[in-house]
Amino acid sequence: MTVTESEIEDVMATYPPKVLKNRKKHLVLKTDDCAASCPQIEANTRTVPGIISQRGCCYAGCKGVVVGPIKDMVSITHGPIGCGYYSWGTRRNKARADDKTPPEQIYTAMCFSTDMQESDIVFGGEKKLARMIDEVVEAFHPRAINICSTCPIGLIGDDLNAVAKAAEEKYGITVIPYNCEGYKGVSQSSGHHIANNQIMDKIIGTGTDELKGKYILNILGEYNIGGDGWEIERILGDIGYTVNSILTGDSAYVNIKNLHKAHLNLVQCHRSINYIAEMMETKYGIPWMKCNFIGVEATIDSLRKLAESFGDEELMARTEVVIEREIARITPALDQYRKICKGKTAFAFVGGSRSHHYQYLLRDLGMEVVVAGYEFAHRDDYEGRQVIPTIKSDADSKNIPELHIEPDPEMYEEPYLHLNLSKEKYDQMVKEGHFGYYEGMYPVMKDGTVMVDDCNHYETEELLEMFHPDLIFSGVRDKYISHKMGVPSKQLHSYDYSGPYAGFNGALIFAKDVAHALTTPAWKMITPPWEKETEKKEGDNNA
Amino acid sequence: MLDCVPDKPVAHTAGKINPIKACQPLGAMYAALGIHGCLPHSHGSQGCCAYHRMALTRHFRDPAMASSSSFTEGASVFGGGSNLKTAIKNIFQIYNPDIIAVHTTCLSETIGDDIPTIIKQSEIPEGKYVIHCNTPSYKGSHITGFSNMCKGMVSYLAGSDGSEKKRRVNIFPGFINPGDMREIKRIVSELGVSYIMYPDTTGVMDSPILPKYEMFPKGGAKIEDIIDSGNSQATLALGSWASDEPAALLQEKCKVKGIPLKLPIGVKATDDMIMAIKNEFGVEVPESLDIERGQVLDTLIDTHFHYQGKTVALFGDPDHVIAMTEFLITMGMVPKYVLTGTPGSKFEKIINGMLEDAGIEGSKVRAEGDLFDLQQWIKEESVDLLIGNSHGKYIARAEDLPFVRFGFPIMDRAVHPLMPVTGYRGCLRLIEMISDALLDRRDRDCLDEDYELVL
Ligand code: SF4
Ligand code: SF4
Repeated sequence: MTVTESEIEDVMATYPPKVLKNRKKHLVLKTDDCAASCPQIEANTRTVPGIISQRGCCYAGCKGVVVGPIKDMVSITHGPIGCGYYSWGTRRNKARADDKTPPEQIYTAMCFSTDMQESDIVFGGEKKLARMIDEVVEAFHPRAINICSTCPIGLIGDDLNAVAKAAEEKYGITVIPYNCEGYKGVSQSSGHHIANNQIMDKIIGTGTDELKGKYILNILGEYNIGGDGWEIERILGDIGYTVNSILTGDSAYVNIKNLHKAHLNLVQCHRSINYIAEMMETKYGIPWMKCNFIGVEATIDSLRKLAESFGDEELMARTEVVIEREIARITPALDQYRKICKGKTAFAFVGGSRSHHYQYLLRDLGMEVVVAGYEFAHRDDYEGRQVIPTIKSDADSKNIPELHIEPDPEMYEEPYLHLNLSKEKYDQMVKEGHFGYYEGMYPVMKDGTVMVDDCNHYETEELLEMFHPDLIFSGVRDKYISHKMGVPSKQLHSYDYSGPYAGFNGALIFAKDVAHALTTPAWKMITPPWEKETEKKEGDNNA
Repeated sequence: MLDCVPDKPVAHTAGKINPIKACQPLGAMYAALGIHGCLPHSHGSQGCCAYHRMALTRHFRDPAMASSSSFTEGASVFGGGSNLKTAIKNIFQIYNPDIIAVHTTCLSETIGDDIPTIIKQSEIPEGKYVIHCNTPSYKGSHITGFSNMCKGMVSYLAGSDGSEKKRRVNIFPGFINPGDMREIKRIVSELGVSYIMYPDTTGVMDSPILPKYEMFPKGGAKIEDIIDSGNSQATLALGSWASDEPAALLQEKCKVKGIPLKLPIGVKATDDMIMAIKNEFGVEVPESLDIERGQVLDTLIDTHFHYQGKTVALFGDPDHVIAMTEFLITMGMVPKYVLTGTPGSKFEKIINGMLEDAGIEGSKVRAEGDLFDLQQWIKEESVDLLIGNSHGKYIARAEDLPFVRFGFPIMDRAVHPLMPVTGYRGCLRLIEMISDALLDRRDRDCLDEDYELVL
């Protein structure tokens, strides 16, 4: 089904005038006359106080999303107990030992917090933090440490940099401070940026390993939830690529140090990691390519695009062999689920890129996303990177420092050389948007569907009533609300403890999970038999 | 799994490693959800609110609605007054709750926002309420936050009209599941005494799927009942950490007699609650409760050899752990390591007293402890069983212990919030869970020739 502008206006009828004025700009309806380019959408601006938003904070973006999953770093939350407690193990970033990281050097199942008390808030928490670092080093011998600050820390003015520097000198290991107080910026997004800056500044480029392989890749913005990263690695390995490191799912400090040794960066989640991709291009000349391994067709497209990047016929041929093999393997089972899913509609509301990526996977199953939104995106995630120069920076985004990056005098190499392409060929591919470009979510949306930024509870409820989708993809806070509204849900942050959903194997698992969500027998039993007898209406939802 | 944890004891004095507590606002939010038609409101940056809703949603598998003042840097510098006023206005217009329950966060506490004054300056529609409590997270834990919000309910709402007290009991249930609240209400009903329970999350955090969705489900304590609670004869304060202070406040404000009790987990604690009501209201205990109690004792005697003499490591929220320790002793088990993360030195005194009375020696007890402490103790000398919230599963695996999930949060198993561990029925359930865990382990580990049908 599709909707019109006036129906969208009805959604907002309850808002006080100021809220209406604000929220209107966050909603875009795709219609024929704006099909070519996306109308401007407001994004990355403040949440209206009192609105029930799904957004988190800067700390959540920095520690919870980006740096927390680095498995061989101890991540200390500097603050009262809560923030560290809630970001403990809740993102399902899978990690395992490998030949560079033994099991005793994996800390991702642990939670470290300075547990600030009132006296620490009054007299400052630097000493307590320093003492905790001492004890952590003695007990765990980590290779490196992250320190993430929370709201009150910024206010009392603890000097994280000084504590980190002193600890570095004392122990000869890297200790990285992140001034990611929750109130910075307007959402998780600011935390991603702060984390990216520090990883770029303090880790990348410090390694001296010699990496072997003809085509060495980094996969940026992949957090290995449910093992997604491992499935992507499997496929790439079969084709003949070497995955140097994933960032930051199942990643290790010792590998991130060598990130600059790769030939190409793949960017999966654009929002959380594009900063590093860009900075690495400037500093080392390593090109980056947007990819998406969610969805069968999307995975195939990404693999082909990737093979083209190196202009190597043999690589392209090998890619086709693997694609053919995988398709033959999964198609029969996928077809079974397709029968159930075909023609169904869905909403997708998730943090960053996932609301875009999953639309491909759903299309593979014959489903269409009718409303999609991001919690913490910027305009370019909707409208495409071409709008970046036109985005005005406001007070909230100015608070996030920009690193000044220049080409590294020793390590910089022209992008085309990394790829073994001719300069002409490379330049032409850049022009075609092959490298360094992201087109945003808008092109994938159909006419009459809606894009909504920072969709809040009220709008979700209204839109659910308007569209009556068959399924909603959301986070945990929305999940059970939709159930009470009679709409099945799947969590796209945690996958409801399933996964992987990426790649070919992931597509199958996802298809099964979606089919199960749609066909759970209980959905048909919501109306009790004694009420049905009196109703007996045809086309009743619960009949 | 947890291979990084050192085998030998090391210094651990600063901060927490694998904590056994969350922060105050989480508890305040949960308590506020126990008022019908209430929207909890978090005054601070939106991150906290997002985290607290997430934590509650994961445990209860039900929506935990709450709004936030959504501070950014500006509010952090200039104060959050205008954010809160805007929020209150927007909330009433958009969501139309009957009441907003504001709690602070670290941030707004550190700035020092004066919430009562801001509330006074806000536009509050006729017949609606805004209450508040202070919940800086650099003090206490989610349990004290729960207590603080209960105090907020008492101080803003409860009143006494000066007339003779009604033959009715108030119940402050403590930070327990809706299933437990239901069970406690049932027992009090069996005793034939009318009651007001608040907060009461039954019907809110265990709400059914019905043909029509309501943002504010039917459950929760009614505001008029909370107001009228000042006219009740007595208050059962279940669990010292969660309920003592609000009961004391109600006693001071409205002269309602507060009766401090343990959470009614285990035979003795349930007995105590029933005796308290019997003594206060002069009621007879009905046969139905005799039967329930007798069934528990029958089961304890029939099954003691499944668990008697086994050592247990127990951790969680203080009120839960205190009552559970008592029940473990009743079961003939040995609480060897007992920890809570919530501060309060009387915890150690109470537990040590119980152990001493039972003649149990060599146990370790710690308030303000964490799971790193616990794991180190277990490495030094192991136990037969681990009992605690979901975070314990890592230790259970690393140290190869059978594990019973108990307390908050339980994120990796379902149905818990609906099934009571309180009252005599709760005893049966705990016996079942503990026996099963130990017997499953025995079946898993034994030799073929020892694998038996009848146990
Ligand atoms: S900032 Fe304070 S209130 Fe917020 S989550 Fe952290 S500890 Fe809790
Ligand atoms: S907003 Fe501040 S206090 Fe709240 S979770 Fe984020 S860092 Fe912690």
